[in-house]
Amino acid sequence: MERAVHDRGGWPTDAPVDRSEHELADWELLMDAIVGALSRSGAMNVDELRRGIESMEPAAYAAAAYYERWLFATETILAEKGLLASGELDERLSR
Amino acid sequence: MSGYHHDHPHEPVTASDEPAVAARVRALEELLLEKGVVDRDELRQRIDWLVSRTPADGARLVARAWLDEDFKVRLLADARQAALELDVDPGPSPVVVALENTDDVHHMVVCTLCSCYPKALLGPPPDWYKSLPYRSRAVSDPRCVLREFGLTLEDDVELRVVDSTADIRYLVVPRRPAGTDDLDEEALAALVTRDAMIGVSQPLAPA
Amino acid sequence: MSFAPGDTVRVSSRAHEGHHRAPGYLKGKIGTVERVHDRFLNPETRAYGKDGEPAKRLYLVGFELGDLWPTYRGDADDRLVADVFEHWLEPAS
Repeated sequence: MERAVHDRGGWPTDAPVDRSEHELADWELLMDAIVGALSRSGAMNVDELRRGIESMEPAAYAAAAYYERWLFATETILAEKGLLASGELDERLSR
Repeated sequence: MSGYHHDHPHEPVTASDEPAVAARVRALEELLLEKGVVDRDELRQRIDWLVSRTPADGARLVARAWLDEDFKVRLLADARQAALELDVDPGPSPVVVALENTDDVHHMVVCTLCSCYPKALLGPPPDWYKSLPYRSRAVSDPRCVLREFGLTLEDDVELRVVDSTADIRYLVVPRRPAGTDDLDEEALAALVTRDAMIGVSQPLAPA
Repeated sequence: MSFAPGDTVRVSSRAHEGHHRAPGYLKGKIGTVERVHDRFLNPETRAYGKDGEPAKRLYLVGFELGDLWPTYRGDADDRLVADVFEHWLEPAS
């Protein structure tokens, strides 16, 4: 049975657990807060966030940092709901 | 913890040591604020809350349970309520379950599907907890993972790996170390590490 | 279908295309109900903007790790427990 990209229990790997840690950067704290605020307002709940994450391509999922997945999911779900227009974020970035 | 600035004019400019994604997140913030979808004060409050969470809160629950058998019973029955008893914020999760390690049983927690974690009681989860190798191997080769953390369980200890797949958040109550009969609650709490409350290591030994 | 502690159950191995929280490594596996949790809103419908009603019963189900992995390297008594929703469980004898 093919696994969804997030369904990692027993996923074949011999990789050891890298125990190094990092303090959350400002942008990560902000991403966490944005998702929390969107959840409270009803704009995007945690299950929608997860669905958004699960829609990532496998290579992108594996390569992404944790909060990059949250960003991907948030953009995906907000665009789906019409709260973000297509290309709107790119356009704002390029200003 | 570096300062969080969002009062200066809105330009998604990032410091040279920030990854490109940081600019994208700030641009998203900017757009959502303009659209009125999120509120600036709420974002600040949420960040303040997250950075203020530490394993010391979870450690208080464990230390109290070690000292007070009645509290331990209440903690194991309803950890959320027990936390509130001590004025500890159990967080937004509707249910928090404390799992007691004994001479015969050792618990270890993972979230194979994402990163579910009692962050109100332990602070934000460490990178390794969210990592793909931990999420994969904690359920398929847990004793090997524990050895990577420096913990070898005896053969006669039953290992219980807990995959936190739904709304319940799990906190491990590690075994009280030997030689701690003289210690007060504060001194006991200082021995209780975050990793011991995840179940990948034992608490510290007394000095 | 409701279960009680001690019941032997199988995690369904049905295909499910959308968001769901039954992990792949447990599908088709047989375990024992250990705890009956509260009911919770259904994440499978909430993930698509619905309200998640009706709430579904959640169970803590335990499995022998040796049953989950043919080459499991550990103790025969080692167990895995996971929270599984009622609609992912079937009775097993």
